[in-house]
Amino acid sequence: MTAPGKDDLFTLLTPSGELSDAADTADTDLPGMYRDMVMSRRIDTEAIALQRQGELGLWPSLLGQEAAQVGAGRALRRQDVAFPTYREHGVAWCRGVDPVSLLGLFRGTTLGGWDPSDNNFNLYTLVIGAQTLHAIGYAMGIVRDGDVGTGDPDRDRAVLVFLGDGALSEGETNEAFVWAAAQSLPVVFFCQNNQWAISAPYSVQSRIPVAQRAEGFGFRGVRVDGNDVVASHAATVEALESARAGNGPTLIEAFTYRRNPHTTSDDDGRYRERSVNDDWETLDPIARLKTYLDASGTVGDAFFETVATDETELSERLRAGCRALPDPAPDSSFLHTYVDLPADLERQMNHHLEYVAAGEDA
Amino acid sequence: MATAIAHALNQGLRAAMEQDDKVMLIGEDIGRLGGVFRVTEGLQKDFGDQRVVDSPLGEAGIVGSAIGLAMAGYRPVCEIQFDGFVFPAMNQIITQLAKYHHRSEGRVRLPVVIRIPVGGGIGAIEHHSESPEAYFAHTAGLRVVSPSSAQEAFDQIQLAIRSDDPVVFLEPKHNYWLKGEVDAAAEALPISTAKIVRPGDDLTLVAYGALVPTALKVAAAAEEDGRSIEVVDLRSLSPIDDATICASVERTGRLVVAHEASQTAGLGSEIVARVQDQVFYALEAPCIRVTGYDTPYPPSRLEGDWLPGLDRILDAIDRSFTY
Repeated sequence: MTAPGKDDLFTLLTPSGELSDAADTADTDLPGMYRDMVMSRRIDTEAIALQRQGELGLWPSLLGQEAAQVGAGRALRRQDVAFPTYREHGVAWCRGVDPVSLLGLFRGTTLGGWDPSDNNFNLYTLVIGAQTLHAIGYAMGIVRDGDVGTGDPDRDRAVLVFLGDGALSEGETNEAFVWAAAQSLPVVFFCQNNQWAISAPYSVQSRIPVAQRAEGFGFRGVRVDGNDVVASHAATVEALESARAGNGPTLIEAFTYRRNPHTTSDDDGRYRERSVNDDWETLDPIARLKTYLDASGTVGDAFFETVATDETELSERLRAGCRALPDPAPDSSFLHTYVDLPADLERQMNHHLEYVAAGEDA
Repeated sequence: MATAIAHALNQGLRAAMEQDDKVMLIGEDIGRLGGVFRVTEGLQKDFGDQRVVDSPLGEAGIVGSAIGLAMAGYRPVCEIQFDGFVFPAMNQIITQLAKYHHRSEGRVRLPVVIRIPVGGGIGAIEHHSESPEAYFAHTAGLRVVSPSSAQEAFDQIQLAIRSDDPVVFLEPKHNYWLKGEVDAAAEALPISTAKIVRPGDDLTLVAYGALVPTALKVAAAAEEDGRSIEVVDLRSLSPIDDATICASVERTGRLVVAHEASQTAGLGSEIVARVQDQVFYALEAPCIRVTGYDTPYPPSRLEGDWLPGLDRILDAIDRSFTY
């Protein structure tokens, strides 16, 4: 294990909760970050419980990655666009996506769950690395719209695409790096190196750090302590600003650790030492910011009480909201396959609806 | 003035780009070179390199970036250089492009066109003569079309670009230089409609793309034997306009389907299945498929006999009339 804070990682909030003088705290809402991380973890905890109760088929946990996700998510401006994997619950929260809508994909009530245009947060992508190329195309669109390098903070936009360490081995991710570099596109690749692609440790994917790869493609790579929300945020703010200004892509490696199994269906005891999970618990991103907030007196007890109340309300809303998610109508798949229903598919749909109706009568 | 199919495609692309400045082209060698078949010749010069993009080599990147461009409000038209090179893009086409409208419950439309030169008969080396249409037709969410003439090429490429569904657009490369009249003012058929290109009474012959001109020659030859063949140009390989085909077979009682692609699980199998399912009692004979064989595409010195041509289709028609 390479412990964060002990090598070349960019760190602003140390594991013991000390804030570097280099941190720009004037522009950083530390209590807001704390609340977002706590709420993200609560979404995760509740979803795991709902899976255990049989309400969800599956859940990919973000435990331990809250700082990377909240740091990155809060760096986005309204007009920026995010392309997530399937584990970006904390980014979704920061973007304002209703957390109940995150559950539908895993409950089987939908294959999507939200309107990407509502919050400039695209649908989860399950095929590893596929979204990196969508980010490239979207960034090409931004360039053609002239929304880059104008200097207008309300107009210039960039794309923030999330990926994991496993995705670095996919051909599509490497194509995305080539395109981003060659066209100097306004895109930031945010790689949460949580060190495990299901059972494959990072050593299966690469012999060099994630960030170092960017250099070979011709753009900047930075390596941050992914359990440090302040550093994750600062690095992403800077990279997005550079992209919006027309200075091209950045690859951010947020070095962190997936403390839970890959999903609720996984058994990580078969491939790693659980004691390592415990080691990383001591590097918990929320605890370290709380240590700082407590010690610095930035906020008082009332703040933590409010967050605790918000958490409870969120839990109740998630539990009730999950159970209330409606099953899709039997015609919905047919109606959404094409923009207009083709005649031969309409015939299949009618046959199916008659079959379903007959079953209901029986 | 007679226009070659490649030029008709070029004119159709130009018209679409003039009508809608969100239409853009992306592919390998399509800009300065004008594409290896010159279908995009002159378009980068006239519309600029931001709208006619010479892409890096990488078919997944071409289709994947087109998806992102469509999400950003553009109408990208991809060119895949040859049929055999589309496979690196299959993940993006099948798991992403085809499914996004469905998984977004209709919220996200991806008006992406993927142009692919397809088919054999040009003496090419390996991977340059394939007919991959069944992979796409089997994938829900894609429209698959193939033009058979200069007029169809001019019309269908514009219909494909206007479609809010993703369209795989299969260009019969063997016939790129086949000329025909193009009336730019003529009203085009809807994108998913089959077309009777030669009416007849005795047998329905269904073909698409490069085999439609062959089918018309077959019908002319059969007429000398006193047989009246109705030729249906499928036009849309997915969805399939089975209503037009079945109505034809109801009148003629006989069906032959011809395509270059291998036989098993090909388009012919699907058309035959639908006809026997829907107009079984109209049939006077078994439905017959005339296709490429279930082998990899052969070395080009063998392709003349491997491909379904005039004689093999006429033989199939003779067989039908033995019943």
